[in-house]
Amino acid sequence: MNTNSKAPLLKVDDIHVYYGSIHAIKGISFEVNEGEIVTLIGANGAGKSTTLNTVSGLLKPRLGMISFNGESIVGMGASRIVAKGMALCPEGRRVFQQMTVRENLEMGGFTRPADEIPASLEDVFKRFPRLKEREKQVAGTLSGGEQQMLAMGRALMSKPKLLMLDEPSMGLAPILVEQIFDIIKELHGAGVTILLVEQNAQMALSIADRAYVLGTGKITISGNAADVLADDRVRAAYLGG
Amino acid sequence: MVSFLRFFINGISLGSVYAIIALGYTMVYGIAKMLNFAHGDVIMVGAYIAFCAMSYLNLPPLLAVLCAMVVCTCLGVVIEGLAYRPLRQAAKLAVLITAIGVSYLLQNTALLIWSSNPKVFPSVFNVGQIRLFDGNLVISSETILTIVANIVIMIALTLFTSRTKMGKAMRAVSEDRGAAELMGINVNRTISLTFAIGSALAAIAGVLLCSSYPTLQPTTGSMPGIKAFTAAVFGGIGSIPGAMIGGLLLGIIEILGKAYISTELGDALVFAVLIVVLLFKPAGLLGKPIREKV
Repeated sequence: MNTNSKAPLLKVDDIHVYYGSIHAIKGISFEVNEGEIVTLIGANGAGKSTTLNTVSGLLKPRLGMISFNGESIVGMGASRIVAKGMALCPEGRRVFQQMTVRENLEMGGFTRPADEIPASLEDVFKRFPRLKEREKQVAGTLSGGEQQMLAMGRALMSKPKLLMLDEPSMGLAPILVEQIFDIIKELHGAGVTILLVEQNAQMALSIADRAYVLGTGKITISGNAADVLADDRVRAAYLGG
Repeated sequence: MVSFLRFFINGISLGSVYAIIALGYTMVYGIAKMLNFAHGDVIMVGAYIAFCAMSYLNLPPLLAVLCAMVVCTCLGVVIEGLAYRPLRQAAKLAVLITAIGVSYLLQNTALLIWSSNPKVFPSVFNVGQIRLFDGNLVISSETILTIVANIVIMIALTLFTSRTKMGKAMRAVSEDRGAAELMGINVNRTISLTFAIGSALAAIAGVLLCSSYPTLQPTTGSMPGIKAFTAAVFGGIGSIPGAMIGGLLLGIIEILGKAYISTELGDALVFAVLIVVLLFKPAGLLGKPIREKV
């Protein structure tokens, strides 16, 4: 995959991120090519979410380059980056609890022209029929799985080229985790490039093309997902032997 | 009975002014998560602008109110941009102290421009009065106008936040600033807009307040400001209907307290009620305790 002649859709080059004086990300580089599913795995506190938050523009790297679609997006700010075609479905879902399902989805389409919204809403409702049933319900009353679907649907409303998912399986029952991963595969099949951060390394590696393993602010292992899945160090650290 | 009704209606009228001011506090708190203690002084500026427009430029009252709204809107946006925006990542206390600083800055600037001599606010809206019970109960046009303005503002704001894209974006920012940014919502612009709306409402409140209580001086805004802040907390800070209910109740309690208990203790009574309410409902009447679903 790395031998693609095309430039990568997302290229992160040696970024350093600080929280105050804490050096959270110590020089991470990775790429996501168009059409891939790439996963970032690693233990709690390794910096996976920090990385996604930095790529999405919520955090600013102190050093390093991030380019999306060939354009530098460092320092651009999250609200402008969304319009470039990158959406982050954040950790903990963060749906707007006091707004209705429909309003949440409308917010997801905030950067898009009003006349395109109805068609996108239809698309999302087709993919997540559950959300259609709950359209007028306040998001805070949804179950965890439904909230995850809403968060994903909301991210899709911006018609992203690259969809970043931060721990989509967190706190969900195994059957729901399966469902969420099926949806990720479907989205990928529909042409969305995916960058997936997961604690559930087994699941993530089973659907990804390539993987990067993060250990306290650095990338320790990278390669094809199948190779990473077979790597003894990964097996020992993240897959329970 | 008639006198009770009169006090009650006056209470609603005063409460309407408090409610309009409280909306500014509560919206800014909900969206920028800060207490803008300069808000009361924006009311005073609005009243002075309207006063000057009418007395010196001889503008008709409605045009004067419009002038005051424009000036206050700009003032609110400038205050936010210059004083509060640089402190977005700073500690809450720093922002609070800055707000108090801005409050004094506005009062003292007003003192420089208009001096401490009270101005007599002209009677703005003399469109007649309603007489009931053989003239025993007179409802002035100011009172009616204040109540009507309050209702119109409430309906307009409710429609704005529930129907329009920017209004919904405001609610989104108020719930989760980071998530709102991820939707592509420009948070700074949303906060500016909130200050603009709050300050325009402050201008209206200033004119309404001074047409009922016509003494205008640089400290005119501070007491109503504090009471409106109390009203916002009373109703549940961050909640728009809460500000409305809080304001109305506060106005009624104040006037009835002054009428039937003690004129001197009227103000104290207002704050005593606040303390009692907060003892039993710490988030205010309509405030929701913040809970998170993991």
